[in-house]
Amino acid sequence: MTRKNMWVAGVAAPVMIAMLLLFAGSPRVNAVDQPSGASQEVKIDNFSFGPETLTVPVGATVTWTNKDDIPHTSVSTDAVFKSKVLDTDEKFSYTFTKAGTYSYYCTIHPKMTGKVVVQ
Amino acid sequence: MPDKKQDLIDQKLQDLNNDGIDRRGFLKCMAWAGTGLVWTMSGGIPMSRAFAKGHDQRSTKGGDFTFVQISDSHIGFNKPANPDVTATLQTAINKINAMSHTPDFIIHTGDLSQLSKPSEFDTLDQALKGVSAKQIYFVPGEHDMLSDNGEQYLQRYGKGTKGSGWSSFDHKGVHFVGLVNVANLKAGGMGSLGHEQLEWLEDDLKGRSASTPIVLYAHIPLWTIYPDWGWGTDDSEQALSYVKRFGSVTVLNGHIHQIMQKIEGKVSFHTAMSTAFPQPAPGTAPSAGPMKVPADQLQRVLGITDVNYLVSGRSLAVVDSPLGDSGSSASGISGGPGGS
Repeated sequence: MTRKNMWVAGVAAPVMIAMLLLFAGSPRVNAVDQPSGASQEVKIDNFSFGPETLTVPVGATVTWTNKDDIPHTSVSTDAVFKSKVLDTDEKFSYTFTKAGTYSYYCTIHPKMTGKVVVQ
Repeated sequence: MPDKKQDLIDQKLQDLNNDGIDRRGFLKCMAWAGTGLVWTMSGGIPMSRAFAKGHDQRSTKGGDFTFVQISDSHIGFNKPANPDVTATLQTAINKINAMSHTPDFIIHTGDLSQLSKPSEFDTLDQALKGVSAKQIYFVPGEHDMLSDNGEQYLQRYGKGTKGSGWSSFDHKGVHFVGLVNVANLKAGGMGSLGHEQLEWLEDDLKGRSASTPIVLYAHIPLWTIYPDWGWGTDDSEQALSYVKRFGSVTVLNGHIHQIMQKIEGKVSFHTAMSTAFPQPAPGTAPSAGPMKVPADQLQRVLGITDVNYLVSGRSLAVVDSPLGDSGSSASGISGGPGGS
């Protein structure tokens, strides 16, 4: 082998292979800590949101599911999000891209209130 | 059941000076009223000779009249508490049509529909075409406001009304006011009338003689029954202050799907049964909402309200009738007499 070839075989190649293996195993730079597609759940039942306060990371999607036998809505008090009227078993999802505290309520039964804390 | 009726009236007379009725009296009421009807009485109940005589004897002499209140038909609801609300509405209509007298008109105190859908309103209208009284007044419930702030509702039932659907009219010397307390509800709050409507109400009542009997009707109760479940109206105190000077005020509400009554001075409050499904008594369940009862009892916890106005006493006698009984089983209240 020539000296150049020996360098390639002995040093560059293994380094390249090692780097390839390293990057193959590591997560992508822009990944979030959640496995992608995971949804945080709020269950609507008995005229209440459960959990009443839900804490999620930035970028999380929250899904409200109405398990009550009466229609409800999930509407942010600061006009950030607004569901349509959810009849039994209907869902509404919203993805929180900014940190903050989001109060919401049911516009049909306003005593029903909840909070999503995004941090 | 004339004997039982007489017993109840005697019981009431005995308790006229107390603030409530004693436990025996309460249990008597419960037995007479049937399963599922809840009574709340505070203050004495003035005895009404009108329904002691039996409210079927309707004298139509000079100005006496009757009207019927129905409420909470929830057309579109189809869960176990009542899979066929259209059928029970029809039973209510049949009951009205079977009365010995035709009521002058009907008042529907809201939650006409379950989801404000055009098809639901259509079904209701179709059913009501067969009722004996041809004049029907409506106020919306929160279930009727689900499409664009009640757009569908107002298109159909909002003629001649203002704002979110309030209005007033006079009938044979009695002044009726339909109020809307289900629009623009605030987070954490109960029912709400709002500034604009309150201003209109104050103006509407101005200058009327205090001897004019007043009837206010609205969906959510205009007195605080159970705040945890939103059973009340945040700004009703202001509305009630405008009617304080009148000699006879009757407040008719719905929303809670059970009978509750209260008399405060010259104001009589009354909530009606639903024609669709009952709800639990305050605090007896994890939440409000449809309450399932055994199928053979459903007709007894749904009902209509017959209101009889007597010129002589300038009073209104409110009598509730379950759908499933042959006659009225629950005695109502009589609005206070006279004025200045």
